[in-house]
Amino acid sequence: MQGFPLLTLLIFIPIVGMIVVLLLPKNADNNVRYTTLGVTALQLVLAAVMMLNFDYSAGGIFEASSFQFIEKVRWIEIQNVAFLGTVKIDYFLGVDGLSAPLILLSTIVFFIATLSAWTIKKSPKGFFAMYLLLNAATMGVFVSLDFFLFFVFWEVMLLPMYFLIGIWGGPRKEYAAIKFFIYTMLGGIFMLITMIGLYFSATELLADGTRAYTFNLLALMDQSNYLADGILSASNPENWRMLAYIGLFAAFAVKIPMFPFHTWLPDAHVEAPTPISVVLAGVLLKLGTYGILRISFPIFPDITRELMWYIGLFGVINIVYGALAAMAQKDFKKLIAYSSISHMGYVLLGMASLSSTGLNGAIFQMFNHGTITAMLFLIVGVIYDRAHTRGLNDFGGLANQMPVYTGFVTVAFFAAIGLPGLSGWVSEALVFVGAFGVESIRTLTIIGMLGILLGAGYMLWTLQRVYLGELPDKWKNLKDLDKRELAMLVPLAIITVVLGIFPSIVLDIMTTSVNSLVEFLATTLN
Amino acid sequence: MTESSLISLAVTILFLPLVGFIIVLLFGKRYEKLYLVEVGLITVALLLSIFVGFIKLTNYVNDTIITQFTWIDLGNVPSIGHLTINLGIMIDNVTVIMLFVVTLISALVHYFSIAYMAGDKRFSRYFAYLGIFTFSMLGIVIADNLLMIYIFWELVGLSSYLLIGFWYEKKTASDASMKAFLTNRIGDIGMFIGILILFTNYHTFSFAEIFEQISNGVVPFGSNGWLTAAGILIFLGAVGKSAQVPLHVWLPDAMEGPTPVSALIHAATMVAAGVYLVARIFPLLTADAMIVIAVVGAITSIFAASIALTQNDIKKVLAYSTVSQLGYMIMALGVGAYTFAFFHLVTHAFFKGLMFLGSGSVIHSMHHEQDMRNMGGLKKKMPITYITFLIGTLAISGVPLTSGFLSKDGLLAGTWAFGNLTGHYLIPIIGFVVAGMTAFYMFRLVIMTFHGEPRNQHKYDHAHESPKLMTIPLIILASLSIFIFYTPNPAAPADGWFYNWIQTPATVVPEDARFEFMKSDSHRVEGTEINNYGGSGSENAVVTHSEMYENEMHNVHYPAMILSIILAGLGILFAFLMYHWKKISADKLAEKLKPLYNLSYNKWYADEIYSYLFIQRTHDLSRFIAWFDSTIVDGIVNYSATFTRGVANIAGWFDTYIVDGFVNFTAFVNGFAGLALRKMQTGKVQTYIVYVVFSVIIILLIIRPF
Repeated sequence: MQGFPLLTLLIFIPIVGMIVVLLLPKNADNNVRYTTLGVTALQLVLAAVMMLNFDYSAGGIFEASSFQFIEKVRWIEIQNVAFLGTVKIDYFLGVDGLSAPLILLSTIVFFIATLSAWTIKKSPKGFFAMYLLLNAATMGVFVSLDFFLFFVFWEVMLLPMYFLIGIWGGPRKEYAAIKFFIYTMLGGIFMLITMIGLYFSATELLADGTRAYTFNLLALMDQSNYLADGILSASNPENWRMLAYIGLFAAFAVKIPMFPFHTWLPDAHVEAPTPISVVLAGVLLKLGTYGILRISFPIFPDITRELMWYIGLFGVINIVYGALAAMAQKDFKKLIAYSSISHMGYVLLGMASLSSTGLNGAIFQMFNHGTITAMLFLIVGVIYDRAHTRGLNDFGGLANQMPVYTGFVTVAFFAAIGLPGLSGWVSEALVFVGAFGVESIRTLTIIGMLGILLGAGYMLWTLQRVYLGELPDKWKNLKDLDKRELAMLVPLAIITVVLGIFPSIVLDIMTTSVNSLVEFLATTLN
Repeated sequence: MTESSLISLAVTILFLPLVGFIIVLLFGKRYEKLYLVEVGLITVALLLSIFVGFIKLTNYVNDTIITQFTWIDLGNVPSIGHLTINLGIMIDNVTVIMLFVVTLISALVHYFSIAYMAGDKRFSRYFAYLGIFTFSMLGIVIADNLLMIYIFWELVGLSSYLLIGFWYEKKTASDASMKAFLTNRIGDIGMFIGILILFTNYHTFSFAEIFEQISNGVVPFGSNGWLTAAGILIFLGAVGKSAQVPLHVWLPDAMEGPTPVSALIHAATMVAAGVYLVARIFPLLTADAMIVIAVVGAITSIFAASIALTQNDIKKVLAYSTVSQLGYMIMALGVGAYTFAFFHLVTHAFFKGLMFLGSGSVIHSMHHEQDMRNMGGLKKKMPITYITFLIGTLAISGVPLTSGFLSKDGLLAGTWAFGNLTGHYLIPIIGFVVAGMTAFYMFRLVIMTFHGEPRNQHKYDHAHESPKLMTIPLIILASLSIFIFYTPNPAAPADGWFYNWIQTPATVVPEDARFEFMKSDSHRVEGTEINNYGGSGSENAVVTHSEMYENEMHNVHYPAMILSIILAGLGILFAFLMYHWKKISADKLAEKLKPLYNLSYNKWYADEIYSYLFIQRTHDLSRFIAWFDSTIVDGIVNYSATFTRGVANIAGWFDTYIVDGFVNFTAFVNGFAGLALRKMQTGKVQTYIVYVVFSVIIILLIIRPF
């Protein structure tokens, strides 16, 4: 695979797709759809190629030589700038065990969300163009190893998302879109500040033997690159690392979303069209936790260790608070949105353990939450398409009317509840095993386990209210799943079941990297 | 037959019902007869179980066969080393007996259900669910480690959810299924924490490896207290599944499911899983943990028996009787009477399965009538059901020559011996009182249902004996309730083969965490080696179960037997006095003991109390959180937006009127000044010179440079 620009293709095929979509004539709706489907299918193939050539024994994380599919080109270079010397920014891409599972997840979710977007009637051309741009930016975030590049993709992601909610959304779409945009933008500012602080704190040795300030994430993880008096250098006794860490964390926390920065999510979900909810919950939320693992943890291992209890605390708050809030919802989609908040709490808790088991659990939980929540939003979409309401109390007895659909609902719900044999449980269990093993967050972990009970509570209650009982007369004409809907739900259900029984398929991708991250976090600056 | 082929056979037994589940679930609707595949597969599983049991108990009776495989490999984990999560299969005598019990009752329930469920609109779905239930239950039975038990434990929870809520059109049924799942989850969380304590310390889930490390003196977090905690927490799982107080509330409600399901799940197998779990972790239970277990079991047994005394729904009586008997088993494990606890699990599975199926036969012929006050006199109409049911009742009452007599008598002797050795006499006292109560309420049930005159003539006239598919399972289970299957001597279970197969496993807990009578210094039983469990066979792993306890049990055996016969006889006598001969009026007695009667009749108000204390409060909290989220948290977000807009407006006003105003004002001043000064622009050079000269003079005057 030497020299094959796999990651660049992953990012830029959707851009090409977008251009094609924009060039297509106005009423060629089906061509637009099939182009998008083709692009996402091609990405799936690329992800498969990536996994087939993936070296499971390479750690990555902080070590450039063990990253895979590396592409590194000088993107911006200005010589002899006053005070700064050489200003350079690299187009630096690479994959390790941290990003590979998430790239795999993204390609799967984007492909399935494309199928779900088939029913978008309002200007499909614009929709799919934006959708493909979002796709490209997401891939870019997952593969960037240069902070500047990462930031660019991160911000680019905002634009299509804003329009996708703001134009194709529900009744309060403008409110939801603006809220989402401003919230993420605000987080982005904190990220920008930290990024600049880091830039002026560390230099990187260039090929010609000179040193230059750097955005290279791997260089920023190497403590020997830091200047003695850099504002974010650990060696500087008056450094601002704690503040920078919190700022950066807040930027990522908005995306997760972490309490108390989460209120944009229910609004965004309720207003967003189904495919966008699927992508949002399935992929975009993971960018927050991914960013923490990729950037915050290895660049600030000292602060990470210092604050791990608080990260665990917020994880547990997310779990319990999200679950309780979900229980009180009357809108099906809002309930799933809050359940997402709860489930992302497990990711935070696993990360806070800083142990291999916990981190494996956390990353695996990101993957599983991606597939399971995608299913849940599709399930809501199916019912909303037919009944044009999402009120939990408006239904009942759908199990008899739509048995196949209810079968998938049962799989998805029990996966979300964390039933052993389905993927969600494996990751939850690993999170708990890892977090319980760390004395300082053991009590938190036990509180977090309430989530298992509350989760089962609101999920089963929903199952009862919507699917069990007597069928109201007005829903006697609802049709069971059609072929397109089956094509979306079947693969996700299969993934859920297969990964529940053979979790190693995905876990093996990440274990080497996770172990080297844990080792790095325990030893660096200690 | 090699050991590895035994393992493969056990795995085959495990997966047969799963195959049935998948086939029937996917294609059952299209091909109506497909349920026969499931029935056939479970029959094969039963035959294989008998075969495996036979080989194991003849060729490998003293061996424990274990196979492990790696499920998750976490690689080279910092500070721990190479960490893998293994799953595995263990076959010992307990396993093969459980395999037989589960597959037998499951198969009989399958046959029974063909007749019982005929005509149901989800007939094939029902058999699919039976398949997944059997699969899950078998998984618990053959697991060699706590994680696998937990996995199948939860799957049992799922299948029970599906089966209890099988008639989900009824709100009561879906409520009951949800209640069962959630109540079990509470226990499961405790169980999971207990498992985590062990895993955190030993980095393995395997029983054998955990026991070995404990016996080497490694206790969790270096303290016996944590070992006790681990034992009690894992036991919490059993509190849920085996419906012990305070998590017993789901089982009576679970009677909403089809009656054969109650026989399978809520009498014979799933609820026994809790007892099985405690038996599996028995070696690591400290004295403190055992006391807790014994007390919970004792409380449960008398509590449930007190409720069973007054219930009128035939299935509710059986349900509470099940809870009470499970309490017995748990109590027996707590006092160390391991063999008899497991023995009672097996005998109870048969006779309670029998009685549930019997009640199903009655309910079926009475067109879904469950209230005993509308029955009576059925023995003439349903002789086979009556006689088999009677045998079951005799067994549960502990009448000699039945299986129940053997196991119950040993179990009670165990509690008595425990009382003698530790001074905890309340436990045996409760045990014996419950024995009397059991005999009473069970005969009350038999008399109200089968004896006397029919109380509802219409239903009685339509009643009929059930078809052979239903009566043959009854006959099989009734015959298994006779002593001869367990021992040749009806008065001495210890002479039987069962007693020899199931021996109390050696405890592994440190000396100072054991009961006085379990300490090994003077009562060492040589040769009981820990390598029973894994084949490690390290020298210092020789530990003991108590010889002292065995002796004490032997001493109280006959007194306990005589006492329990007397109490059972008294219970039966009172039942006849009150309900058959009507010498004592049940109503008057109830009137006299009104407060007690109400407590019992209303199940001690447990549901109401839980609903008020926990369910309502959780909903309150959840509504509060939702309000807090939308009003406070989101309120702050929206307020800061409003605030920002306000600031922006002020800034805008400032910009327009102050900043820009200043600019405009400056322009205005300049313009005005220009207007005034224009007058000075005369165009005459002379005038300008005058201006300049005067200006210079004025400036010089002001700055006075000289």
